[in-house]
Amino acid sequence: MYWQSEYECMERGELELLQLERLQATLNRVARNVPLYRKRFAELGIDPYDVQSLEDVKRLPFTTKEDLRQNYPYGLFAVPLRDVVRMQASTGTTGKPTVVGYTSGDVRRWSELAARILTAGGVTKDDAVQIAFNYGLFTGAFGVHSGAELIGASVIPSSGGDPRRQISIMQDYRTTALICTPSYALHLADTLDELNINKTALSLRFGLFGSEPWTEETRREIEDRLGIQATDNYGLSEITGVAGECLERVGLHINEDHFLAEIVDPQTGEVLPAGVKGELVLTTLTKEAFPLIRFRTGDLTTLIDAPCACGRTLKRMTRIPGRSDDMLIIHGVNVFPAQIEAVISGTGLTDPHYQIVLDRVGHMDLATIMLEAPESFCTDSIKQSQRILENVRIRLQTELGVAFEVRLVEPRTIAREDGGRVNDRRKM
Amino acid sequence: MQPTLLSLKNMDVFYGRIHAVRRATLHVRQGEIVALIGGNGAGKTTMLCTISGLIRPGQGSIMFGDDDLVQRSPEQIVRAGISHVPEGRLVFSPLSVEDNLRLGAYTRPRFRHRASIAEDLETMYSMFPVLRERRAQAAGTLSGGEQQMLSIGRALMARPRLLLLDEPAMGLAPLVVRDIFRHIVELRDRFGLTVLLVEQNARSALKIADRGYVLENGRVILQGTADELLANRDVQRAYLGRELDA
Repeated sequence: MYWQSEYECMERGELELLQLERLQATLNRVARNVPLYRKRFAELGIDPYDVQSLEDVKRLPFTTKEDLRQNYPYGLFAVPLRDVVRMQASTGTTGKPTVVGYTSGDVRRWSELAARILTAGGVTKDDAVQIAFNYGLFTGAFGVHSGAELIGASVIPSSGGDPRRQISIMQDYRTTALICTPSYALHLADTLDELNINKTALSLRFGLFGSEPWTEETRREIEDRLGIQATDNYGLSEITGVAGECLERVGLHINEDHFLAEIVDPQTGEVLPAGVKGELVLTTLTKEAFPLIRFRTGDLTTLIDAPCACGRTLKRMTRIPGRSDDMLIIHGVNVFPAQIEAVISGTGLTDPHYQIVLDRVGHMDLATIMLEAPESFCTDSIKQSQRILENVRIRLQTELGVAFEVRLVEPRTIAREDGGRVNDRRKM
Repeated sequence: MQPTLLSLKNMDVFYGRIHAVRRATLHVRQGEIVALIGGNGAGKTTMLCTISGLIRPGQGSIMFGDDDLVQRSPEQIVRAGISHVPEGRLVFSPLSVEDNLRLGAYTRPRFRHRASIAEDLETMYSMFPVLRERRAQAAGTLSGGEQQMLSIGRALMARPRLLLLDEPAMGLAPLVVRDIFRHIVELRDRFGLTVLLVEQNARSALKIADRGYVLENGRVILQGTADELLANRDVQRAYLGRELDA
């Protein structure tokens, strides 16, 4: 099943011509409307006019998360703010998140892409789709939501929260497709066991999972325990609707008519050929409000050139096994250690030493900050140190959107060497 | 999806020292109506003239099906299946309406194609009944709208697969414009004709078009379905005359 077969199964030559046409128009727009690109192109002596083929994109500079941060909030918008109908946020490397704007056209295309990914994952208009992503600034819940509505499915925006509630909705509404993070899917499977509910009591057929890395073992476990076909999909908070698996489940089809994908060496930035693993770099081809040229995603993957049995001609990327930077994914939310550092330093603690400990309890992430008690704490009252901990916890929650446990440990018990800041004990 | 009928790749056009079209890449599929919109001097007319061979591109390729048109003469391009309806209509004023139409069939020698030409004339008259009424009248005495119909009819007499239409609405009353645009859709629906349309009247053009390209200073800055372009605020401000803040 296809949603837009005319694009998903387009002859490669035609697709590449369409990509070139859209790339050139995008470059003409960013060179005219986005100060960062105008300036950078001028400095490097690049004229969009020089881009005559898709390969020429190599000559353009990268855009990094740091660029996004420095241009917070609206510096990279290519349209006036009054043309923007939606804002969503993404996490930046330190402190402030970045804002991503969408025009009405962007929102419409986003929905179409989500509809493609849902269709590829088995969803049809006859499905009841339960979306257990958090509806908020940071997530793709809205994209899948409108994509599912576009298909004509019955959408259940159950959002995050208590798994028992999710399961009772799932039973009562006879949900047939589940959309959430893979770890939450396993958490729901655990809850089913606890409640002594057999998977056959559910009507589930398909599951589309994303926003955190997961393995083939996890897929098999989810498929087995929930009795569904599970597919992976990929997008970034900066660039949504990038890719999704078809039911063949061997790689994610990239929506190449909207995104130009390259794989580069994470160290040198050199473009790598198909089949070689490297960092995924994306150029948007149809974004109006927030176009990005050669954005470094930080995700490591490989492009697959070979045709897929499903009939789509869109190239595939292998599932994301890891990242080229230190970004952590906790409950599906992107968090950089530097952000945590910024929050802790901002609470008035002098020279704080801490460690970020990540565990998986059942199938859910548990994030703990082990904070070394400053020497001064010994003399302070317990009440006061409790207050400081509470403050750190609240600020982490509000600024990063992730719940952390914060614990005090004895002074000088945390190793000082580099790289010891993060202790990720979750088994991937 | 229909196959691509016309595709321009990296087309550069110079008008003397003016770089009128800069690296244009675009395509038109069979049976589509595609609109080129943009302000004065954006390069729209230049683009049509380059496709029909009246101007040579400085660089780039123009593919029509499997034919590369770049080295072809205008006559060869008409024979290949592209008819150009120029801006300002340019009918032969002293000649009768019917003679104007017959001239459009110049690629077919009359002595061998009498029957097919008569058949096509009949088709034109049935599509544009007003031309039948005025068949013996000098073309110069027709109204603007009638001249536009004649100009389109003349282009169709060459039995094109692709029609290039330059500003068909220019200088015409709104009701007449609506009529002309209705005819363009009819041409596509009835004869499977493909149309590349240049128009200052962006709203009317996008209402009947499937897709469009927005040109600015010879560059394509935006492309998309007609619906997408109609919804684009940049297009609304610049070309649809919609006052967003009002």
